[in-house]
Amino acid sequence: MTDTPFLPRDLDWHPPALHHDYRSSRLRAPQQKLLHIPQTETELTGPTFGQGDLGPLDDDLILNYAANGQSAQGPRIIVHGKLLDENGRAVPNKLIEVWQANAGGRYRHVNDGYLAPLDDNFGGCGRCLSGADGRYSFRTILPGPYPWPNGANDWRPAHIHFSVFGDGFAQRLITQMYFEGDPHIKLCPIVQSIPDDTAINRLVARLDMDATVPMDIRAYRFDIVLRGRQATVFENQMEGT
Amino acid sequence: MADLKENASQTAGPYVHIGCMPQTAGLKRRNMSALLGEVMVSDDTDAITLDIAVLDGDGVPIKDGLIEIWQAAPDGSYAPSKDFAHWGRQVTDMETGQARFTTVKPGAAKGQAPHILIWIAARGINLALTSRIYFPDEDNKLDPIFRAAEARAATLIAAQTKTGYAHTIHLQGPKETVFFDV
Repeated sequence: MTDTPFLPRDLDWHPPALHHDYRSSRLRAPQQKLLHIPQTETELTGPTFGQGDLGPLDDDLILNYAANGQSAQGPRIIVHGKLLDENGRAVPNKLIEVWQANAGGRYRHVNDGYLAPLDDNFGGCGRCLSGADGRYSFRTILPGPYPWPNGANDWRPAHIHFSVFGDGFAQRLITQMYFEGDPHIKLCPIVQSIPDDTAINRLVARLDMDATVPMDIRAYRFDIVLRGRQATVFENQMEGT
Repeated sequence: MADLKENASQTAGPYVHIGCMPQTAGLKRRNMSALLGEVMVSDDTDAITLDIAVLDGDGVPIKDGLIEIWQAAPDGSYAPSKDFAHWGRQVTDMETGQARFTTVKPGAAKGQAPHILIWIAARGINLALTSRIYFPDEDNKLDPIFRAAEARAATLIAAQTKTGYAHTIHLQGPKETVFFDV
């Protein structure tokens, strides 16, 4: 199983390295085409993580930076879904790391000077492992949109950053999750660096009333898909026709 | 479900530190548990340093990047070990742009020269970049992936330093590093 190569990455589905409207990409986009190489053990393997690597509040951004008895400010949400591969199989026991701005659109980061205030009880860093069935879940607050220096008046849609590990390093992925109905999705040069609307749509989490906890917390559903595996070639097939 | 496609990538943005190396963003750990990826070797005896800088198209080091490496142990194996993590990550320093890993020199995996996979995510990088680091004191020409880089293969070779190796990644320009679609 580990030796079965991953499906090729469809580079036209991902944003191109250079997206002119996203200013930061101009000096950071490689100008040469990526060199396609076969997968070796290096790319087919990757780090593994276990529950022992995580603490009990790592998946709870409402509480993991809060003083005793307090909690982060903002609309309380659960973000949950399944970690799958392109074959539709659950991808169990993988590390998912998230980071985000607070409810006012400010990051707790030495380089963020946006005038919205920090929240003493919110750090914006969380992580969890996918379960045996690929399910993952964390609690947080709805992040705020914020302005950023790019065009004359660019605002990021509310979003949560995701860093995801797979079975092999070739599956390693960083992406962002957006929220259903946000008018900034259409206006954002980073989102619109993705050429295909279907691909953009897949990064938009949906309100999930079934997973909402009445009088407590709303839920958003976001499934994450990593590269799949090529079909196994059995030896007898190779010997046959 | 056969028509499922991988989620499209998005840039890690300038604040990737918060999620992946919170100690460098100025976050206190508060109620979070241990940091991940910072320490690769349990015993420094045979450790080497690996210094990495990533230069943009103007030749300026990027100071908000995240670098991960993945490599074999000295015996060429990727098997889990309590003494060696195979995986590490560091940020490019916010003042100097330098990233330093303390690791061990990998052995050769079968059919390949010793190498380290390097993976770079940062603001302005829409799909994280994958490359390899080879060593100046090895016979790299026997390695099919090194050979595939042809005239640009020299961009994959680190330089020797007193305590290990140093490697500069060029994102653009005549010395642009070879990045892979694997």
